[in-house]
Amino acid sequence: MMTLTRENLINLILAVMLLAVPFAANALGQPFYITLATRIAILALAATGLNLALGLGGLVSFGHAAFFGIGGYVAGILAAHAFSGDPLLFGLSGSKQMWVIWIAAVILSALVGLAIGAISLRTSGVYFIMITLAFAQMVYYFAISWPAYGGEDGLSILVRNQFPGVNTMRPLTFFLICYVVLLLGLGLFALIRASRFGTALQAARQNEVRVATVGIQPYRIRLTAFAISAAVTGLAGALFADLNRFVSPSMLSWHMSGELIVLIILGGTGRLFGPLAGAALYVIFEFALGGLTERWQFFLGLILLAVVLFARGGLLGLLAGKAKHG
Amino acid sequence: MVEPVLQISNLVKNFGALRATDGVTLDLRPGEIHALIGPNGAGKSTLIHQICGTLRQDSGSIRFDGQDIGSFGVAERARLGLGRTFQVSSIAPDFSGLRNVMLAVQAKQGSSFRFFKPVMRDRSLIDTAMAMLERVGLTARARIPAAELSHGERRQLEIAMALALGSKAFLLDEPMAGMGPEGSKSLTHFLDTLRHEAPILLVEHDMDAVFALADRISVLVYGRIIATGTVEEIRRDPTVRTAYLGDHA
Repeated sequence: MMTLTRENLINLILAVMLLAVPFAANALGQPFYITLATRIAILALAATGLNLALGLGGLVSFGHAAFFGIGGYVAGILAAHAFSGDPLLFGLSGSKQMWVIWIAAVILSALVGLAIGAISLRTSGVYFIMITLAFAQMVYYFAISWPAYGGEDGLSILVRNQFPGVNTMRPLTFFLICYVVLLLGLGLFALIRASRFGTALQAARQNEVRVATVGIQPYRIRLTAFAISAAVTGLAGALFADLNRFVSPSMLSWHMSGELIVLIILGGTGRLFGPLAGAALYVIFEFALGGLTERWQFFLGLILLAVVLFARGGLLGLLAGKAKHG
Repeated sequence: MVEPVLQISNLVKNFGALRATDGVTLDLRPGEIHALIGPNGAGKSTLIHQICGTLRQDSGSIRFDGQDIGSFGVAERARLGLGRTFQVSSIAPDFSGLRNVMLAVQAKQGSSFRFFKPVMRDRSLIDTAMAMLERVGLTARARIPAAELSHGERRQLEIAMALALGSKAFLLDEPMAGMGPEGSKSLTHFLDTLRHEAPILLVEHDMDAVFALADRISVLVYGRIIATGTVEEIRRDPTVRTAYLGDHA
């Protein structure tokens, strides 16, 4: 059973707060805050994907924007084809159904993750960071130079994609969809972390030689983790495109990759709710400081500096103490 | 004659102009402790790296349990039953001792691609791992992060992991290094019983332990085995005395 440790309690409070804000905003007629909460949920999901690779596996991917953007483009492109009626590939048509889009985004991101990981994971350290960045930049420039889907200008989704039985254009409804998907993503993370696979993955982060010496090949474990990680971030990308009803190459840019890393460090690397804490902090800063000054990222930089120097465990490390590994 | 578990023949490894392993032939027979001794820089580490697969030999062969493993990777050799400990203990420091051993148990069971069942509720993993920890005398410290274990306890933990793999041979790289006199004594006693489980290739500087434990000793100097024999033969061997043992014999 889940015991009520301090960390679990903090996680529960975070989850309830994220759920409460949009309902309050809805009651007060402030839809803007619902959008803000939805943004937090989606970024948290994207960072949860990265947290699998970075937090559990120690794989500092500086290219996860590629998967976030691929998820976004899957949503945009499928919606565009469904709208125009042109067949997509091999006679397949587009789709306005979110669950179809999600499945496509997950599969495509995982496959691209598998390909990028297969090559990148032959390196480690700084080289791994650089090679993941290089792959993501390739996808970025590919998107920019592909005029069929908007090129540099991006692609609009005229009407938000549909989910059976609900009206996704209502901000609160769309938030709830994203919230549930986030919880599923967090559940997956928790399961994997506690599993045999997660044991091997975390052990490979701590001591690669040790893992090989018991007869497990770290490469295979990491590659699988990287693909799952890519799939979760890709799913978040599909939701993000639907939130903005717009997808552009900026989702693929290295700023986005950096942002995801920042979210995890702010919240607490490898912690279950680290990405959510980080995303909440980030979006709130962006909103609060962004209202005061255009240079809000300067202050974000100061805060990040303080976290790295004085609170290595991020926000959750501060609140809940050191992580326990069993 | 009984087929050796590990058979190394004419192994050669060069680093540039330096011949670090120079035609080494060595075997490990069932039930024995075969000690490998030699001065610093004799090429003991290089030899170990080739046996466990972190370095590839230039020529020569390594047979283990009836197979030529010379081209296998580290993980493959470990899966075949080559258990090892390191000169500097190699553990996953954030995990408890228990979860370290559980990693070895799950590897032995051949199933690291299970994504959903929590290991800390998996009796088959926990019970087997606890049994191994009990054998090395670490039961009381099983739940402590491995980083907080003492030097000697980490050694015991490594051995528990090698045991959990069901190893067919143990490759122990200076297990006595950094142990106090008490620790050395109890470890010596433990290794004495361990040989009945699987033979041990023991690389060790502690001559008291080597003379107490070894069935056979090989002496490595400048990458070459200059003598192999029983404790008595090695003690008496004049070349060994000049090359290495000095006043120890």
